Amino acid sequence: MSTTTVPPPVLDLLARITGDEKHDPSAHSTLDVLWVLYDQVLDVAPDRLDDPRRDRFLLSKGHGPASTYAVLAAKGFIPPAWLDDVGSWESRLGHHPDRVLVPGIEIGSGSLGHGLPITVGLALGLRITHEPGPAGPAGRGGEADRDPRVVVLVGDGELDEGSNAEAIATAARFGLGNLTCVVVDNASNQLGWPGGISSRFAVEGWAATDVDGRDHEALRTALLQTEPDRPTVVVARTTDEFRGVDQSDTAETDPASKGAAA
Amino acid sequence: MTRTPMRERFYAELDPVLDEDPRVAVVLAVIGAAALADTSARHPDRVIDVGIREQSMIGVAGGLALAGMRPIVHTYAPFLVERAYEQIKLDLGHQDVGALLVSTGASYDASTAGRTHQAPADVALMSALPGWTVHAPGHSDELARLVRRESSASRRAYVRMSTLQNATAYPIDGNLHLVRGGAHTMPLVVAVGPILDTVLDATKDLPVRVAYTSTPHPLDVHGLRTLAGPAPTVAMVEPYLEGTSAASVAAALVDRPSRVVHVGVPRGTELRRYGSPKDHAAAHGLDAAGIRARLKEMV
Repeated sequence: MSTTTVPPPVLDLLARITGDEKHDPSAHSTLDVLWVLYDQVLDVAPDRLDDPRRDRFLLSKGHGPASTYAVLAAKGFIPPAWLDDVGSWESRLGHHPDRVLVPGIEIGSGSLGHGLPITVGLALGLRITHEPGPAGPAGRGGEADRDPRVVVLVGDGELDEGSNAEAIATAARFGLGNLTCVVVDNASNQLGWPGGISSRFAVEGWAATDVDGRDHEALRTALLQTEPDRPTVVVARTTDEFRGVDQSDTAETDPASKGAAA
Repeated sequence: MTRTPMRERFYAELDPVLDEDPRVAVVLAVIGAAALADTSARHPDRVIDVGIREQSMIGVAGGLALAGMRPIVHTYAPFLVERAYEQIKLDLGHQDVGALLVSTGASYDASTAGRTHQAPADVALMSALPGWTVHAPGHSDELARLVRRESSASRRAYVRMSTLQNATAYPIDGNLHLVRGGAHTMPLVVAVGPILDTVLDATKDLPVRVAYTSTPHPLDVHGLRTLAGPAPTVAMVEPYLEGTSAASVAAALVDRPSRVVHVGVPRGTELRRYGSPKDHAAAHGLDAAGIRARLKEMV
């Protein structure tokens, strides 16, 4: 049933993208969150890609899509064979994902700071278009009467973009209980966030939780928790995973992935 | 004669549009919110004011469109088009979703406000992105019809409102309409949107034909080729950045010898003056005398 680590077959899928020798740290920092979301939290499936009632996952931090691709392949959204030539002329999978090309990718992303504002509009739109019903705790299986959930993943470095500050305020003011923002904190932001990342959301009225980004049970609990009239932020710290040395910047500031630095 | 200002007409159209189509949502960044207070009270879910946050305004519109809604986004042209240009490119275009963007404050309408409130490059910028249709209505009736039509569509459309209006409304079918005919060998002057009446005044005793369109992008290439003839002399008069339609005109006439003059807001220098829109039109050579001088060179 629920796992405590990402299953080896999923790691094998990831290795088909990144190569066997080492996992790309940027992609790896999001893998646990993504696996828990798709395995235990989100109410979405490959045969429901056009179902307006499905939950949505938006990868705002589009420069680390390998773990998303691997999880989508593991869950049957895309053929595993697609993982073998990411970035080629024939491939639908690029170093930044394109929703038009990839089943299960909800937004094209890469330039930072776009996912959270889009998520605010999507959560608003789903609240407007969804048949109203009594609010309840969101959970796996999609209770028939709850608004579809929208979960967006941003990086801590990505929060440098001021567009996120706009969206943090509006999401709270609009009372978007169907919106969850996961901040994968691999300590890659350039100038720091005094007071901590979650406090920036909390002061605007979000329900805020800090969790170990490697702890599946903690992630599951935090990601299933929503409140009816305010958005939720889950700050998932992943820095400890790199043997105490944060290597995550190396991939994210690599010129090859520039345009999406941090 | 009195014509309802386009902006007033636009606000009046939104209430019935919201009534008729549950997909429609209006997204604002404060500008327009006061005028739409009653509309907002009647449609509290679907008049969304994000505050002074233009990046979010477009991002929210993109998200609404992803949820299957039809966003109508409105503010001053520089804040709508220039401030959040990457959001327009990515949150709408790259996501392959539609929206209707409606700006107020065309070119130098906000003459007393200064450069911060002026965006004469708006049509050029919107035309540079894939999949956009750009309308520059010349009459509030055209504006109202465009808003109705584009509200019920799903494509990406930009409508730029202006305080300047023509006496007569023309069809909004995207075609060139011959307003003043003549021998097909006479030069053809194409006036876009609210500059038409000024062009008619400027050319009243010149041997030219005058055609009109409210849709500069995509330009009615077939109509231009038909009206232009085999060896045309053409003038494009656009009340925004000079040469905005140059590539479209060149492509339309690529198979024939042609002389083409582009008249519009000059690119070279920033006009650091206030005054009235009429003052600005004169300074830019976009009043009747200035346009006439340019066109006389041509004939």
